[in-house]
Amino acid sequence: MRFMMIMIPNVPDEADWTPRDPEPVAAMSRYNEELTKAGVLLALDGLHPGAKGARLAFSGGRATVTDGPFAEAKEMIGGYWLIQAKSKEEAVEWASRCPAADGDVIEVRQVFEMSDFPPEVQAAVAQ
Amino acid sequence: MQAGAATQEHRAIEAVWRIESATLIAGLARIVRDVGLAEELAQDALVVALERWPQSGVPDNPGAWLMTTAKHRAIDLLRRNSTLQRKHQELARELELHGGALEEPQLEGSIEEEVGDDLLCLMFMCCHPVLSAEARVALTLRVLGGLTTGEIARAFMVSETTVAQRIVRAKRTLTETRVPFELPHKQELSARLASVLEVVYLIFNEGYTASAGEQWLRADLCEEALRLGRILAELAAQESEVLGLVALMEIQASRLNARVGPEGEPVLLADQDRSRWDRLLVRRGLAALERAERLGGTLGPYALQAAIAACHARASSAENTDWMRMAALYEALAQIAPSPVVELNRAVAVASAFGPAAGLELLDALGEQPTLRSYHLLPSVRGDLLARLGRFEEAQAELARAAELTNNTQERRLLVARARAWAWEAGHPRRA
Repeated sequence: MRFMMIMIPNVPDEADWTPRDPEPVAAMSRYNEELTKAGVLLALDGLHPGAKGARLAFSGGRATVTDGPFAEAKEMIGGYWLIQAKSKEEAVEWASRCPAADGDVIEVRQVFEMSDFPPEVQAAVAQ
Repeated sequence: MQAGAATQEHRAIEAVWRIESATLIAGLARIVRDVGLAEELAQDALVVALERWPQSGVPDNPGAWLMTTAKHRAIDLLRRNSTLQRKHQELARELELHGGALEEPQLEGSIEEEVGDDLLCLMFMCCHPVLSAEARVALTLRVLGGLTTGEIARAFMVSETTVAQRIVRAKRTLTETRVPFELPHKQELSARLASVLEVVYLIFNEGYTASAGEQWLRADLCEEALRLGRILAELAAQESEVLGLVALMEIQASRLNARVGPEGEPVLLADQDRSRWDRLLVRRGLAALERAERLGGTLGPYALQAAIAACHARASSAENTDWMRMAALYEALAQIAPSPVVELNRAVAVASAFGPAAGLELLDALGEQPTLRSYHLLPSVRGDLLARLGRFEEAQAELARAAELTNNTQERRLLVARARAWAWEAGHPRRA
């Protein structure tokens, strides 16, 4: 099974997210290293703030694009880890070891596997 | 509700166990110098955790908690149990020598290094050549994978008693032969490493292709083998064959979704929908192969197989595969790890690169080998090549033989279907 651990950092979206303090970055590197050494880390990425991104709202088959920053945005995704785990509990245990800052939130979500889909959907994927 | 909460707690503790158990057992094995005893002590600590954590909550550092608990158990046991007298004396001596090895070491860097070495030692122990292959597999899954005997039994379709006995006997053998808990010496390193890699790949293959019966895939075993391989690749990053094996498994696992059709039937590599290959695993596999190649030297059997798998992974279709390179890689593989199966694959690659007649020529030389006489893939491949030469009646006969020889019901169904299609071709010859 695969799980995505989604980091929702406790920083304002308009702020500059570029890391300045080496200490937390080093702690996070050690954590990533731990995941690698345990053979569970498949991929990870950190994201630029939403303020530099864009949002697309779909309606009537058309997309309306809004550039950041977004006034109402509170919970922005800061990055993710993709890990392999045997259970949700294992993924939660790994997430709990993250050296996250006060107020940070990590959401743990299972990745869909082909076998999770009903046969007709699998057939549609295979055409 | 209460029961549900208890189950939830247990699952959380099981998760901690899965993450911590191998390191825990490795650390204990270094102290007590016995894998079996170390595993029992770790299990005891788990029992204590299952009693206490539901009330107290999971401690901040569960690994250290388990280790301390297990060490206390070790001391109790050594004091009480006279049958462990010998161990006790050895341990007492050890403690005198090192001024209390039971104390936690202080330097973080050295702890990490030691933990890594202990884990690597444990891998070498569980995969020691004094043990049979099935004992090595069972012990590795139990001790390094943290799997229960029940899980191992289900994965290998044997009874739980059988697995439990295999593990008990394996532990006893290790104790009796007094295999030292240390990294192998230089002169035996490559043989010992080969034994570890063999076990990891056996686990992977058990998941990748069921050897008998209906079940085609057991993705859990593949994931477990991959996890073990990746751990090993971190511990022995300078060993090209370790990286080669990881690369091979990542690339093979990338095809898991594509190699089974809607009816659960196997789909041959050439017929697979490549858009269903897992690009993430392909990328990881290619990266591991690159790391192996960067180490220099000639590639070993796993790295060569990974290079072959990479050839498939890079090709947009079966026709666009670099078959020349493939034939060369198989020839290299045949030189360092000659086997009828490699020769068979080489014949396929040669047929694709230089035409079916060239492949058939290699196969005909092979057909005489007694080891291949009962191997269903030989007539299956022969049938394919004959069909490509338009010799459909002979092709059909070969497939019938292949269908007779295979144990896998899914595979048999596929062979029979192909034979039927060729029977039709034989009756409706196309104009050249």
